[in-house]
Amino acid sequence: MLSRTAANLFWLTRYLERSETTARLLDLGFRNALLPNTGGGFRNEWSAILQSKGALQQFTEKYGELKQRNVESFLFFDLDNPSSVASCISSARENARIVRTALTSQVWDAINTSFQELKALSRRERSSLEVPELTDWTLRTSALIRGSIEATQLRNDGYRFMNLGYALERADNTARLLDVKYYVLLPSVAYIGSGLDNYQWTTLLRALSAHRAYNWAYGGELSAKQIAHFLILNPKFPRSLLSCTIEVNAHLDQLARIYDRSTPAQEAARAMLGELAEARIEDVFDEGLHEFLTRMITENAGLAKCIDDQYLIGEAR
Amino acid sequence: MAEPYFNEMYDAAGLRTPYQMLEGWHQNMPAEFRALKQAEAEDLFRRYGITFAVYGEGGDPDRLIPFDMFPRVFTSEEWRKLERGIKQRARALNAFLSDVYDRGEIIRAGRIPADLVYRNEAYEIAVAGFRPPLGVFSHIVGIDLVRTGADQFYVLEDNCRTPSGVSYMLENREVMMRMFPHLFQENRVAPVDGYARLLKRTLASVAPEKCDRDPKVVLLTPGHFNSAYYEHSFLADLMGIEMVEGQDLFVEGDFCYMRTTEGPQKVDVIYRRIDDAFLDPLCFRPDSALGVPGLMNVYRSGGVTICSAPGAGVADDKAIYTYVPEMVRFYLGEAPILENVPTWQCAKADDLKYVQEHIAELVIKEVHGSGGYGMLVGPKSDKATIEAFAAKLAANPSNYIAQPTLALSTCPTFVNEGIAPRHVDLRPYCLVGRDIELVPGGLTRVALTEGSLVVNSSQGGGVKDTWVIAEE
Repeated sequence: MLSRTAANLFWLTRYLERSETTARLLDLGFRNALLPNTGGGFRNEWSAILQSKGALQQFTEKYGELKQRNVESFLFFDLDNPSSVASCISSARENARIVRTALTSQVWDAINTSFQELKALSRRERSSLEVPELTDWTLRTSALIRGSIEATQLRNDGYRFMNLGYALERADNTARLLDVKYYVLLPSVAYIGSGLDNYQWTTLLRALSAHRAYNWAYGGELSAKQIAHFLILNPKFPRSLLSCTIEVNAHLDQLARIYDRSTPAQEAARAMLGELAEARIEDVFDEGLHEFLTRMITENAGLAKCIDDQYLIGEAR
Repeated sequence: MAEPYFNEMYDAAGLRTPYQMLEGWHQNMPAEFRALKQAEAEDLFRRYGITFAVYGEGGDPDRLIPFDMFPRVFTSEEWRKLERGIKQRARALNAFLSDVYDRGEIIRAGRIPADLVYRNEAYEIAVAGFRPPLGVFSHIVGIDLVRTGADQFYVLEDNCRTPSGVSYMLENREVMMRMFPHLFQENRVAPVDGYARLLKRTLASVAPEKCDRDPKVVLLTPGHFNSAYYEHSFLADLMGIEMVEGQDLFVEGDFCYMRTTEGPQKVDVIYRRIDDAFLDPLCFRPDSALGVPGLMNVYRSGGVTICSAPGAGVADDKAIYTYVPEMVRFYLGEAPILENVPTWQCAKADDLKYVQEHIAELVIKEVHGSGGYGMLVGPKSDKATIEAFAAKLAANPSNYIAQPTLALSTCPTFVNEGIAPRHVDLRPYCLVGRDIELVPGGLTRVALTEGSLVVNSSQGGGVKDTWVIAEE
């Protein structure tokens, strides 16, 4: 397979996963804003959300004050914001158009249709669009595309690159969301364990579609440690760092089998899996949750770079 | 009523044979059903993604070329003659290219002026003295034909570089078969879907002699911003070959490689859909980011075949066009089966004088223009337009040629009120490799505006499915 084709497939799914995360963040912000005002109030929360996307400065330059409507537009419709839902879906569709021949018609149809629907949405009166409608649409679209991929794509190298894109992006996004909550969202350490703290945790879990799953797995009591365990180390939760890393390993192993060649990418992924599979949540907190998450985000990016070098540039022999 | 134009369905004697089965078909079609089918066709084209992208003009970059459901039909006798004429012309054009990049016998014999060839912008000095595999320069020859009578066809122009539009020929048929299967059950329409297989075979047949394996063929596209990108991906997909961009290829030593997930892979034949000037920044335009540095060196040393060969454009230049019948006589020793449209070369003083005196009756085109731009259709233009054009002509006569306004044939076409005659042309695609092949059909373009003679899609033209009735 052409390296450029593989790269396009890899990024296609990264964009799709990213659009979903942006929508989840938007939902997180929206729910938090329904909370009675405390401390820094919702302004602080919206700014935390933008910070987690590394987009606070860009937002302020363009819109000035943090108004909810503007943040919504920025995160959903704004094509100047590269991680807005609209940007991600447009990029995904452009990538899909480039690699049309590597996609089944059903997958293309799903992506192309979502793009047409997005255009219809952006033509609608903004005041008629509430956040839940936008986020629901995004999650539904994302599920439809993912389902088409699962149901129809050949299990060849292209499929593996698509899944690598999904898993790497998802690991990165989970780590960032958790980091936002823990490190940025709460006005000060004095609030840990407070009602606000719990409300925010619940919201985070909801944004990850993990609220009920958490209750089932941990019996309902909210604790930072358990939630961190759930989102980082629980192999049953599909968005946990461990789950994503297991996925990455599985698809890289398949690639090694298809190509009959193992590369440094497989080694790097195995090292990461080794650490996460052995880790206890106490180790994570000993290191410091923020420090640990930052390190994971960096290692994850390093792994993506390694995959790029080995497969997506076409020079490795 | 006697029409000034040849109507391919109804002539003076009434309904012509090839269209017999279509008369009842369209007469019995209720208007609502027709509207439904038209919408279905558009939906199919959009779903398949058969759009041509127009960037930089605002609006939706993905546009559909209007599709007219009324097929255009040829009998097998009509087609046999066209086929012989087209293949003959494709052979002569390739013989000409082989010759002018070699000893130039036709010029030595005084049949074509040397300046017209060697000073032609499309003449590629970088290929002089080089003989591509099997001596073939132009592997896909698109010949644009118009019809003015039952037996009268003219060649409007030749396309020896990378003629486009063949995907419409294939998709128009697919869509018609899906929408009106009974028409195909009741009639013997010769299939065109072998085109991709023939194209692949043609390309593989011209692999370099150095290639000692099943040749690796790729299609080189300028990228997804190109208006014909859909066609590129469509053809690559049908042939089962990789579609590459310049950045996917690189040269090392004597060969050209593509970057794959398994490392570099050698490429033997490049079906390029980019212009000569962009092929290799080391040889042509240094600012080209679309090409592959060093490609021409590999090409000239026989490491890779480029289809069509760089420099093939010199044969389809509008100034050279006049001489194609001469090529047929000179290289093949045969009488030309297809005629040229009489053409005045404004570079010649006598011709220019005639053109200036008859400007209101003629069609005047730029020698290097394409796509229906920069031309004057005398009888359809007002005085001011003609005067403005006359000034341009006087300033640079050698940039123009002129032809009589042809009475282009018409074919019934669906319009709001039912059907009406609209002018059509035809582009068949002739494949030249080890064999010369032509699928029975081509792209019929139709001028949808009443009275218009310009069929280009950029000027409001549409397309039709083109049928050849198979022999009994």
